[in-house]
Formats: sequence, C-alpha cells, structure tokens
Amino acid sequence: MTVSLTPQGEQHRPSLQPTGWLRYFSFSVDHKVIGLQYLVCGFLFYLIGGALAGAIRTELVSPMSDFMPRDVYNQVLTLHGTVMIFLWIVPVVNGAFGNYLIPFYVGARDMAFPRLNAVAFWLIPPAGLLLISSYFITGAAQSGWTAYPPLSTTTAASGQVIWILSVLLLGGSSIFGGINFIATVLKLRRPGLKLMQLPMYCWAMLGTSILVVLSTPVLAGTLILLSFDIVAHTGFFNPGLGGNVVVYQHLFWFYSHPAVYIMVLPAFGLVSEILPVHCRKPLFGYATMVYSIMAIVVLGLVVWAHHMFTSGTPPWMRLFFTIATAFIAVPTGIKFFNWLATLWGGRIALNSAVLFSCGFIINFVLGGITGVALAQVPFDVHVHDTYFVVAHFHYIVYGGTVFVIFASIYHWYPKVTGRMLNETLGRLHFLLTFIGFNLCFAPQHWLGLNGMPRRVAEYDPQFAFINQLSSAGALLMAISTLPFLWNVVDSAFRGEIAGDNPWNALTPEWLTSSPPPVENWEGEAPLVHEPYGYGVPIDQIDLAAASGSDLWSSGK
Amino acid sequence: MTSLKPSSTDVASSATDHAHQDHRMFGVATFLVADAMTFAGFFAAYLTFHAVNPLQPDAIYELELPLPILNTVLLLVSSATFHKAGQNLRKGANQVCRQWLMLTAVLGLAFLVSQMVEYFTLPFGLTDNLFASTFYALTGFHGLHVTLGALMILIVWWQCRTPAGRVTSENQFPLEAVELYWHFVDGIWVVLFLILYLI
Ligand code: HEM
Ligand SMILES: [Cu+2]
Repeated sequence: MTVSLTPQGEQHRPSLQPTGWLRYFSFSVDHKVIGLQYLVCGFLFYLIGGALAGAIRTELVSPMSDFMPRDVYNQVLTLHGTVMIFLWIVPVVNGAFGNYLIPFYVGARDMAFPRLNAVAFWLIPPAGLLLISSYFITGAAQSGWTAYPPLSTTTAASGQVIWILSVLLLGGSSIFGGINFIATVLKLRRPGLKLMQLPMYCWAMLGTSILVVLSTPVLAGTLILLSFDIVAHTGFFNPGLGGNVVVYQHLFWFYSHPAVYIMVLPAFGLVSEILPVHCRKPLFGYATMVYSIMAIVVLGLVVWAHHMFTSGTPPWMRLFFTIATAFIAVPTGIKFFNWLATLWGGRIALNSAVLFSCGFIINFVLGGITGVALAQVPFDVHVHDTYFVVAHFHYIVYGGTVFVIFASIYHWYPKVTGRMLNETLGRLHFLLTFIGFNLCFAPQHWLGLNGMPRRVAEYDPQFAFINQLSSAGALLMAISTLPFLWNVVDSAFRGEIAGDNPWNALTPEWLTSSPPPVENWEGEAPLVHEPYGYGVPIDQIDLAAASGSDLWSSGK
Repeated sequence: MTSLKPSSTDVASSATDHAHQDHRMFGVATFLVADAMTFAGFFAAYLTFHAVNPLQPDAIYELELPLPILNTVLLLVSSATFHKAGQNLRKGANQVCRQWLMLTAVLGLAFLVSQMVEYFTLPFGLTDNLFASTFYALTGFHGLHVTLGALMILIVWWQCRTPAGRVTSENQFPLEAVELYWHFVDGIWVVLFLILYLI
C-alpha cells in the first residue's frame, strides 16, 4: 500500500525531488512545497470565484435579470459558492498553512505521510477544473452549494453529476489531509514537546481534522445517494417515490455545519499565532483556548439542524438545536475575549498582519452575533433563506477567514520568500478590503430583514438602491486585490531582505533561515517549550527598551 | 486483532529518534474511522427511512435468512483465518501464512458469489421502492469494500512469497493494514445484517 514513505527513505528524499521553480509543479513530498502549492492554487481559484461574485453583483445592480439569463445566474451562483468553499477557503486555511506550519510546530522535518500529502493536493486541481469545465461543456449545476433535492434532482442532470464528482474528489482530498494532520500532531512531535506546549494552530488543526475525518465521509455518502437519485432514478430523496427530502438536509448539514468550523477553526489558530508576536505578549488564556477549540469540535457536531428550522422540524428538535447552538457561542466568545486580552496592554505594531487580524476580530464578532440571532427559531423563520443569512455567513467566512488568510500572508511571507512585503501597499489593501467588505455585506442585513430572498436574479425594485450600494462595495473589494497582487509579485523580487526572524518571533518556523532548508533546520530541531514566551525577559528581546514597532522592524 | 503499535521492530530506538517510528497503522486506523462514518451516514439514513417513511403494503417483504446467515458465517470465519495468517507471519512461517491468506481470500470471494446469488433471487430491483434502493445501496457499498479487500488480500498473498516478497516478519505493515481493514469490513457486515435483515 502506498500510504506513506518508508521512514528510511527520508534521507534520500531531497535528492529525488526537482529543485527550483519546477518543484512547484511536481509531485513534491516536501511539506513546504505542498503548502505553497495549496496556497497558490487556492488563490487562483479565489480569483475565479471572485470573478463569479463580480458577475452576481453586476446582475443585482438592477432588479431585472438583464446581465445574464436566470438559469445562467443559478449556475454562476452555484459555482461561486462551491469554488469559494471547497477550492479556496478549505484548501487554504487547512492545506496551505497547515502543511507549511504544522511540521515546524511539532519539530518534525515533514508530515507523517508525505506521499499521501502530495496525493491530497494533486486531487484538487483536476477536481476544480472538472467543476469549472462543466459550465462550458454541459452547463454547471444550478442548485447552489447545498445541492438540495428536489432542486438538484430536477435541474439539468449532467452539470449536477459533474458537481457531485468534483465535490467527492475534494472531500477525499480533505480527508487525506485530515488523517495526515492528526497523525502529525499526535505522533510526530519532537521528543520532549508536550501537547500543551504546542502553538495554538496545532490545536486548531487537530480539532479541524477531527471534524474533517468524522463529517466529510457523511457528505460523501449523501452525495453518492443523491447521484443515484439523479442517474438511476432511485427515490431516496424523492417523496414522489416514497423517499424523504429532509433526510438529505440532515445528512448534508451533519457535514456542512462542521464544515463552517473546518473553515473558521484554522483561522482562529492562525490569528492566535499572529497576535502575540506583534503585540509582544503571551497568548492570553492558552488552556482555555485549547479547551474551547475542543468544545467547539464536540458541540459543532450536534447543532446542524439550526439550518433546518423551516424544514418541518418538530418542536423538540428546534428546541434542542437552538440550545446547542447557543452553547457553542460560549467557547467562541471565550476565544474572542482571549484575543482582546492578548491585545490589551500589548506593544502593538499596527502592521498589515495586525490590521487584518483586528479586522477579523471585528467582523467575526458581528457574524457571531447574527449567528446567535439566527439560532433563535422565532427570528430565523422570518429571515431564513433571505439576504440576512447571506450577510451572516459572509461576515464569518470572508470577514473572518479570508481576512485571516491575508493577515497570515503578511505575517509569513518573509519566512516563505525571504523578503518583506511592502507595508504601504499592505495598509492600502487592508483599508480597501475592510471598507469594501463592510459596504458590500452590511446592507445585506437590511435587505434580508426587509424580505429580499437569497439566490434570485430578479427582485422587488424597492431593494434596488441598497443592492447598488452592496455592488459598489463588491467593486471596491475587487479593486483591493490589485495592490495585494502587485505587492506579492513585486516584493518577491524587489522586497527588502527579511532575514531569518524579522518579527523576533519565538515559534520554531522562525528559528531557521528564510526560506527554510528542505530539512527545515540545519541540525537538530529546536525545542520550544514556550511558543508565546514574550514578555518574559529573553535575551533576544529587550521589552523594556523597545516599542512594538521597533521590535517589528528591528530585524532589518 | 492487529495491534496499533508501530510495526517497526525497532521500538526501543524509536523512542529516541521519532523520525524512525512507523505511524502507518495509526493512519490506517484513522482512515477506517472516516470510512465507518460513511457507513454511519448510510445507516442513519436507512433507520430514518425505516422509522418515518412507511412502505406501501405491496413493498413489504420477508427477507429469506439462510443466505445472509451463511454470508455472516463466511465473513466471521474469514476474520479468524486472516488472524491465523498474521500469527504465522509473525512466527516467520511465510508459507503457512500464505495458505491462510488464500483461504481468507476464497472465503471473501465466496461471500461475494453468495451475495450475487441473493441479488438475483430477490423479488425486487434497485428502483422498486425506498427499501429496495436502500438495501442495494448499503449491501452494494459493503460489497465494494469486500471486493477491494479480497483484491488486497491477493496482493499481500503475492507479496508474502518466499524468498523475494517484501512482506516478511520484519515488514508486516501491508498484511497488518489489510487485516485491520478486513476485520473492519466484517464488523460493518454484522451491523448491516442486524439492521437490514433482523429489524
Ligand atoms: C457563533 C456561531 C454561529 C452561529 C450561532 C451560527 C448560526 C447560524 C444559523 C442559525 C444559520 C442558519 C440560518 C438560516 O439558514 O436560516 C447559519 C447559516 C450559516 N452559517 Fe452560521 N453560525 C455561526 C457561525 C458560523 C461560522 C463560524 C461559519 C463559517 C465559517 C458560518 C457559516 C454559515 C453559513 C455558510 C450559513 C449558510 C448556509 C446556507 O444556507 O447556505 N456560521 N448560521
Ligand atoms: Cu451551522
């Protein structure tokens, strides 16, 4: 079985791999190469998903469907959601940063199963191309990223079947990745490194991977049943043939509520790495952070039916799922206050990484509040399937996770490339993104509360002005990508040389050269007992003498 | 049962250098947890259908039990024979191990044949009604697992050959991995048998 490289092969691996640019297009087993493959591939899909979002917002500038026909709108909408979730957010917060950072954090030279890791990545490009090609070949799926029957069983079959195939491949990739992360965090730790000494991102990835392994297979099974309904005309989810649509919803959300945590837990972890470094303070409440991640994992598995309050869900079930959902706000709130406390009194360097992290905290708490509101049945029955829900989850997924992805790129770019990003462009990027994002999505709360349904190409003319506001915000978001793109490309060649540890950080990935050697560290892996030991006088850092921004720029 | 301990023989030295420990069995076990969740989803769907979607009177069957009972016995015995194969490999008796492996594969194939016989004698087809569809989906998905398992057993059987094979008492991983998988597939069958045929 080709589950992993034999341990003995480890020493020979580097010489077998291509070097230079070529390795990024190869079946590399180096976790750093794979991490970057995930990141760049994910970003390309983000640009595609962004273009699709642009098409949606253009259509919605006017109340009539004059920019594209309605069925094309449905396809664009479905592709947008699927691309953004399965090809951008999930691969990037898990695969990209996970692969790059986790081996460093556990003091290993690679992931537990390097070859499985490469397989997991190489499932993604074909799956993504398959998905997008469906638009040109037969017309893409039209039933949204949720693929609810009967929508998915009554719209054109070919596009839906390709969609299912693609999501199955991506789910497989995600499961392989999850197995690898669990094994790496639990089994590959450097001797002497205890679980409770790991950087928080390891815990976040452990929790996320547990969710991936437990819930993604259920989605796979469900989609297989759905494909039977489409191709073989069975009636699992077809009441006309004695089946039951609600069972699909239960199975789907058993995966997809955990999936929202698969998208946001890693982001929690990444912010927890970034903030202490730039505030020169230990992460506040390490142990409570760990316990709340694990509480979210457990609770996250038992709240799924809050997506189904209007699906004829019986009262006892509504009650149970409302209460369970309210409970999950507790560990989430603990994390929120821990980040605030980490910032509190810190010597904060307000650089792009911190700006995006703070943007995350603000947006995420807004999305969390609307989330708790949505979990209340009397409120939800009014706004379910309206733009309010769209606003809610974009505040979480974009305002939360995507902001963190950008923060992480600003934070780790020096490590990956050996050069600094341009700060001015970074701040411009943040400003445009933050304003554009809020302008785009804040008005959608109002739209939803006033009854505009989601997933429609045409709407009541009274909503036109607010939709135009929202579209203007989307335009700003699109523009905000330009300084970012220019920055990452230009800085790769002309940026200032970063040095090994430009932020004076303590986590192990900084205790090596930038970019790191194939074996991660020349010689022995460092043993970091206190990844957040800032504020403890360590000879490397003179806290009394310097402000945060001095420290941050002192590595030049 | 297969142990989840690293199958590398050199456990003592691995304590000092973690890079030399073999975590592949841990990976296989985690994968099987994921696989079990796929079945769990199917079971949940089946049980929900069973509880809330009553069938038309003409779609209610008394399933014949002899064949599925035979199938259960075949699989349970094959788990035992696989266990025997593993024991012999650990003793270094590759030839005996291969005989047990072949017996296991034959039992697995016998299961598949008997399953086919059942399929062709059942009074309903895939799309006849909800129960029929779920029945075929569940047993079919399980049958796929058995087919894959039987193939992998044959591969391990080939790899156990002396003197050139790569599976030896020093390198047991392929056999241990397939053995764990096979026990898992048998366990799933028992659950399947209980909920499909007995309730
Ligand atoms: C404080 C925690 C949260 C609570 C209480 C919460 C609650 C809810 C509820 C009740 C809904 C259903 C609304 C409806 O359809 O009528 C919903 C929808 C949604 N939430 Fe959240 N949520 C929370 C956090 C998150 C997070 C962290 C994410 C993603 C990272 C997320 C993503 C989504 C998505 C994608 C939907 C819409 C799904 C769809 O119908 O397409 N939520 N949320
Ligand atoms: Cu949810």
